[in-house]
Amino acid sequence: MSINARLNTPHEVMSATDVRRAIVRIAHEIIERNHGIDGLAIVGLQRGGTWIAEAITKQINEIESSVTVPVGALDVSLHRDDIGIRPVSLGAITDIPFDLTGATVVLVDDVLFTGRTVRAAMEGLNNYGRPRAVQLAVLIDRGHRELPIRPDFVGKNLPTQKDDDVSATSDGVRITAMNSSNK
Amino acid sequence: MKHLRSIDELGAKGLLELLQLTVHMAEINQRPVPKVPALRGRTVASLFFEDSTRTRLSFETAAKRLSADTLTFNVSTSSVNKGESLRDTVATITDMGADAFVVRHKSVGIPWQIEQWTKASIINAGDGAHQHPTQALVDCYTIREATHTARFDGMQITIVGDIKHSRVARSNIQAFTMLGAKVTLVAPPTLLPPDVSHWPVEVNHHLDDVIPTSDVLYMLRLQSERMSQGHVPTLREYSEQYSLTQKRVARLRDSAIVMHPGPMNRGVEMQIDPSDIKNSLIHRQVANGVSVRMAVLFDLLGSGANLGGQA
Repeated sequence: MSINARLNTPHEVMSATDVRRAIVRIAHEIIERNHGIDGLAIVGLQRGGTWIAEAITKQINEIESSVTVPVGALDVSLHRDDIGIRPVSLGAITDIPFDLTGATVVLVDDVLFTGRTVRAAMEGLNNYGRPRAVQLAVLIDRGHRELPIRPDFVGKNLPTQKDDDVSATSDGVRITAMNSSNK
Repeated sequence: MKHLRSIDELGAKGLLELLQLTVHMAEINQRPVPKVPALRGRTVASLFFEDSTRTRLSFETAAKRLSADTLTFNVSTSSVNKGESLRDTVATITDMGADAFVVRHKSVGIPWQIEQWTKASIINAGDGAHQHPTQALVDCYTIREATHTARFDGMQITIVGDIKHSRVARSNIQAFTMLGAKVTLVAPPTLLPPDVSHWPVEVNHHLDDVIPTSDVLYMLRLQSERMSQGHVPTLREYSEQYSLTQKRVARLRDSAIVMHPGPMNRGVEMQIDPSDIKNSLIHRQVANGVSVRMAVLFDLLGSGANLGGQA
């Protein structure tokens, strides 16, 4: 098989079971790090992070059945720093039906890359109140950060090329190598 | 989209996209801090050669909520009084760095004329009796919000009053029919334009005939400032036949909604206080004005849709 045959073909790096196990582990780590779930709120980033945020919250609520942790969704597209540089499509709207002031907010996203989405999310979050602390959970950390941002909880560290495509769903995580000379 | 000048220029696809974008902007307006940095560094100039309260203030509020800077041009205190032409005025404001012009003028076609003098985006906030596209967007969004329907298929919308002088009616007829509604115009023959037979509407001269079958009753302002003479015999006779009264409201369907673009002429086309109408959406129309205009400004200046293939 030639090297070119692998280009543009998705390659599985986490199976559905791996993803599920990573979510269970992250849920435990969040509870452990915060010594319980007092004042905890989970916020998924639209759109890739919302299903993970819901899965983590469900898991946390199963482990700690005493209190229910609230979960919200945040759309950061209007807080991005590349508005006007690349086309923006607003796919989903923000839904945070609780006050964030004083809460410990865990931001959840699928893939951490340049860190620019997380920067926009931290700015957007401030419009809903002043959290006591903000933590970051991601399913995949693929490196290539352009800002001083580091995750607190990681499903898997995945070394990538800058132009690779990484897709993360509940069915698994796949990486597609893009040959830039073919573009 | 580079400009927003008329509903037909926008098209059905653009109309639906802007209505969808408005949902996002409405969410921002619900936040404790209703402001996003999306249009930081952009400048929106309002150029109003005709009076306005709602449209001008809602455009300025919309620009500020998106963090754009605003320039307000006030004709009565400007160099227009020293004889500066429209062309030079536009060029001057362009040189100051305006990225968008919000223009209202008594002459039809001014937004198309201005395009030749500036690189900025142009938003038509009313040109003569021709178009007022953001009002139509506001009205479509408001009906959607109230009826929870994305399209208006089978909906009977009745527009009442001074059709002849109304840019709101012209924009709304295009927008409502694009979304599938059936539009009926109600007015005396003197307040209908001569080419109405070519419009995709039905015409009726008797308000009482259409009251029971209307899903939306859209009242227009009688534009006395544009009437040279002879359009209506007397205001009293006009009100008698075409104004909304307690009696007429009682004959509306339970689900029927009442709208008015403002400003209202109380005692002329509105002989009833809007707060006495169960399904009046007049306040929602004003509230939604900001969200709709945020969507328009963002689409023109921030969406990246004007990058011309760089993406």
